[in-house]
Amino acid sequence: MSSVSDWESTSNPVKENRAGIIGKAVDRYEGPLKVTGTAPYAYEVEPPSPPAYGVMLSAPIARGRITAIDTAAAEASPGVLLVWTHRNSPAQGPRPERYDFFTPSPRPALESDRVYFFGQQVAVVVADTLENAQAAAALVQVTYEDDAKTVDFHSSYAEAVQPPGESDVEIGDFEAGFAAAPVKIDDVWRTPLQNHCQMEPCATTAWWDGDQCTVHTSVQMVRFAQNSLAETLMVPHKNVHLLTRYVGGGFGGKGSFYEDLVLAALAARELGRPVKVAFSRQQMMHGTVHRPATEQRVRLGAMPDGRLTAMSIMTVTHCDRRGNFTEHASNFARSLYAAPNRLTGHRLVRLDLPVASAMRAPGEASGTLGLEVAMDELAVKLGMDPVELRILNEPEVDPETGKPFSIRQLVRCLREGAQLFGWDKRNPTPGQVRDGRWLVGVGMAAAIRGNFLLPAKASFTVDAQGVITVKQGMTDIGTGTYTVLAQIAAETLGVPLGDVRVEIGDSELPPAPGSGGQFGAATAGSAALDAGMNLRQAIADIAVADPASPLFGGPAEQITFQDGVIAIANRSERLSELIRRNRPEGLTADGEIHPAADSSKWSQHTYGAHYVEVGVDPVTGEVRTRRMLGVFAAGRILNWKTARSQLTGGMIWGVGSALTEGNAVDPRYGSLINQDLAGYLVPVQADIGEVEAIMLDEVDDKANPMGIKGVGELGISGAGAAVANAIFNACGARVRDYPITPDKLLAALS
Amino acid sequence: MKTTITVNGEARELDVDPRTTLLDALRETLGLTGTKKGCDHGQCGACTVLVNGVRINSCLSLAVMHDGDAVTTIEGVGTVGKLSAIQQAFLTEDAFQCGYCTPGQICSALGMLQEVADNWPSQETGDLTAQIRLTDDELRERMSGNICRCSAYPQIVAAIKSVAGELA
Amino acid sequence: MRPFTYERATDAAGAVKAAAATPNAKFLAGGTNLLDLMKLEIEHPAHLIDVGRLPMAQVEDTPDGGLRIGAMATNSHVAADARVRSRYPVLTQAIVAGGSGQLRNKATTGGNLLQRTRCAYFYDTTKPCNKRQPGSGCGALEGLNRNSAIFGASHACIATHPSDMAVALAALDARIETLSPSGEARAFPIIELHRLPGETPDVETHLIPGELITAVVLPPPPKGGQAYRKVRDRASYSAGLASVAVVGGAVALGAVAHKPWRAVEAESALAAGASPAEAIAAELKAASDNGRNGFKINLVSRLVPAAVEEARQQGRGE
Repeated sequence: MSSVSDWESTSNPVKENRAGIIGKAVDRYEGPLKVTGTAPYAYEVEPPSPPAYGVMLSAPIARGRITAIDTAAAEASPGVLLVWTHRNSPAQGPRPERYDFFTPSPRPALESDRVYFFGQQVAVVVADTLENAQAAAALVQVTYEDDAKTVDFHSSYAEAVQPPGESDVEIGDFEAGFAAAPVKIDDVWRTPLQNHCQMEPCATTAWWDGDQCTVHTSVQMVRFAQNSLAETLMVPHKNVHLLTRYVGGGFGGKGSFYEDLVLAALAARELGRPVKVAFSRQQMMHGTVHRPATEQRVRLGAMPDGRLTAMSIMTVTHCDRRGNFTEHASNFARSLYAAPNRLTGHRLVRLDLPVASAMRAPGEASGTLGLEVAMDELAVKLGMDPVELRILNEPEVDPETGKPFSIRQLVRCLREGAQLFGWDKRNPTPGQVRDGRWLVGVGMAAAIRGNFLLPAKASFTVDAQGVITVKQGMTDIGTGTYTVLAQIAAETLGVPLGDVRVEIGDSELPPAPGSGGQFGAATAGSAALDAGMNLRQAIADIAVADPASPLFGGPAEQITFQDGVIAIANRSERLSELIRRNRPEGLTADGEIHPAADSSKWSQHTYGAHYVEVGVDPVTGEVRTRRMLGVFAAGRILNWKTARSQLTGGMIWGVGSALTEGNAVDPRYGSLINQDLAGYLVPVQADIGEVEAIMLDEVDDKANPMGIKGVGELGISGAGAAVANAIFNACGARVRDYPITPDKLLAALS
Repeated sequence: MKTTITVNGEARELDVDPRTTLLDALRETLGLTGTKKGCDHGQCGACTVLVNGVRINSCLSLAVMHDGDAVTTIEGVGTVGKLSAIQQAFLTEDAFQCGYCTPGQICSALGMLQEVADNWPSQETGDLTAQIRLTDDELRERMSGNICRCSAYPQIVAAIKSVAGELA
Repeated sequence: MRPFTYERATDAAGAVKAAAATPNAKFLAGGTNLLDLMKLEIEHPAHLIDVGRLPMAQVEDTPDGGLRIGAMATNSHVAADARVRSRYPVLTQAIVAGGSGQLRNKATTGGNLLQRTRCAYFYDTTKPCNKRQPGSGCGALEGLNRNSAIFGASHACIATHPSDMAVALAALDARIETLSPSGEARAFPIIELHRLPGETPDVETHLIPGELITAVVLPPPPKGGQAYRKVRDRASYSAGLASVAVVGGAVALGAVAHKPWRAVEAESALAAGASPAEAIAAELKAASDNGRNGFKINLVSRLVPAAVEEARQQGRGE
């Protein structure tokens, strides 16, 4: 079992970083494949024989029952090989009543006549060509019986319940503290349902060889999907080989898997030939998952000097009828600012909507859009600089648990950000700065996001050419996993980066949890480091025992690894030569990581500060982001280049959440109004001005053996709030119902 | 239908279903999967290719419409062993994350730089009668038909700028 | 897509003849809108006549000092044409405000005029839409109608026409030239091309079935400045919430009606000496609010004076 004190007291090659590969701005390992279009994503893998094409049909009602199906026309359509509905779909493992991300379980497709949400898949057509399959799918006639449905979130608060197993957290006496506070903020913020919009729609290519099923799919969690698929197919886990080597974006939306995976595998078995199934872009909106809407009541009570005496965030959110997912928009506030009286909690409404689940920085992404604007409003009310207000309320220990922070450099982020951005040039009075038709304003917000470590394994192999191969059932969804694993291997074994191969995204490799919750690099990397250390030990043991080695008889613990050479003082040889003599077939070592037994003694997070400049056209209500700066403290950075990209990408997500992104439910149908990328507006290039992310020097030795933390979700946390605060500074208007679109801003301005 | 398209310099004779889009012909018939399907409706730009040197969305075009045309896909821009300058720039600047929009971004950038060289205006162009200067804002506007959900936008700008001089 | 047959026309006469001879035939030019709708099973022609390579892609001077734009000229070529840029800048501005570079490279002048609405209820085949399926009702009327029309709508349809280019052409008093299925050429003002929805929103233009747009003719540039302004949720590559083209004393509005909307009340008021704000207020007396699109009234009332002012400044600069 790991312990934090071991991590702190034990050195390792990543900490020592002798070759300087850790932290370096290394180009992406798989980058050459991606820029040449030769990285095969799931639908592009060449199967052993020509594939058939599956196209799914989705339900047009939110809740009800299929009463009649006519597939005759579809079956008679040219090239059609198979038409499945719940009436004739193969037997599959039963769906559990409730399920989560980490416990594998069957996910049967086309399981019954029940429709639980608009866009649920109700049929699949497989044909010899994509065109024939698409045409035939449109010929399947399904008749439905509508049931009464509840789909409107804001009119359903009365049905809100405490999320299962949770209770509100109160410290001190919030109501009394708030009542007594001389300065108060009490407002409600709304965030809309949001869609992940990964560029690659979910897709699977599947084939069978005897009882062995091979699937190439697009998911974030390898082992979870593999086990779940096997249980759905009712075959032993080992009979499913799942690969997901290149994933065209995940953001939480591919944490689970969907009918493309199940139906491709089932149809390939039925037809005895490879089958490819993909979601259409329109099907992605309803048929996968989304970030649910929230309504957050934020209350802040402060003394005239700015000291917070009471704070509360109470969030109401929603999930699907059969789900349990809660958007924990209040949680981050428990660790952010000091205040003696505190109340946080959540209420959950179950609705007949598509499945709610995690989307980039679940909790923080939504919650910071409330509290971090409330802090700005409080600063305005107090006549204080919002940076100073935050620094004044900086806690010395975790304000709820009293635990020490593992490390907390929020104040440094705030101060350095303010300096780099030129915050001192800000005019605190709104509406004073003009540039042509634009009113210009600046705003800021703090960023916080939790840090996590999960169990994982990895293996390292050195071959007779001295090449290190890292193997791990991990994914790279654009996060940089390939690259940081290569860096850890190169630094640990003292070989050039060009002598490292990385194999991931394969269920037959040592298991790792996958990508999500910004735990990927720390989790996968720590297991990899352990494997690398074990391989060093194995190499050393062989070297000192090999009479043909110059290192023979030397002290194994003194062996150094550098530039592909192993040495004890001035005795040395090439690593490849040692392996060629002793293990020509290669030498493998395994490694693993477990969360530390004592890690809960510390309050552990990543932090940052956002500074944003926007332009507001007071005539039209249009907002454009001109300049963004984020300063972040997230432990040791493994790769300056990929980490920075994660952070700037997250910051731009913040712009989307503030200004354009949101989906609305038409309560008559229980469907989302925006079903494609022309309706659901993610930022485009022209929406984004200059963006810079600064990473502070930091090591968090209590996080894991490498002292690193995650960056994938920190960038979005708080970024949208900084945009909203900049809008206020530009034009004096507050819109608390996101996104801040021209119609709402005009109403606030008028 | 019999259709001949010159793809990356090589004449390819196809017998395609009239319904087959140029995108699906490239991906499923010719096995050139570098061109991506992100939305299939002209709303993302992942399928961008050059037809007779001009960038278009290959998802909103039928293969049969391109009989006799010359199509350049990402596979014709460069290879792993011999990256073109813009591919190298995308790699150096980290102008992608998941990589799915990347071939479309690169093909779009090549088409866009030619449009600038040809002095085509954009929404960002102030004086329509003057010679276009590829400012950052011009570049951003002209690349707005390519969505990158990972949001590598600043890095994409940096990558294209780094090669704009030599390519334009 | 349902199966269809395909032919490529080599001349306009042959194209209209084929259209007349084949049931459920459609012209295919750039394809950027028609193929989009065919994939969604909103359009299902049995036969496509590819007119994309007809020799009608030129922009030519007319004897009276105007321009004739061939119907197959791509949006990009028209926007980049030096004569358009110097004499009809409003047209270039409107074109480059629409779509993306890739779409404009493919989309044609004729196709742009005939593109169909972006109304979400039209696009979602699970919803009622009188335009897509006559008699099924209008999902937008009492729905999420933020993008819907405020002028000229009916109880059957509150969809808008999405073109930017057409708004500028309307303000420029452009004329449409066509070839009818019987081979007759005719010409008429662009404002007579599109219909208001009335009881038959599925009938969107006054073209007769099988009639082919061959050219758009611009009269000599009128006196006074020109300006195009488009308001939208994101900075590029998205539909407008409202747009306005000002050409001298002419004002046309986009994204507010089933057709490019000539603001004749505002024009009369301006001509009579009213301020731009007063003038657009006169126009907006006829505007309707269906719940979520009402903000467009406020938006247009602010946008138009700004555009008129911009055009006047530009006119003074000449």
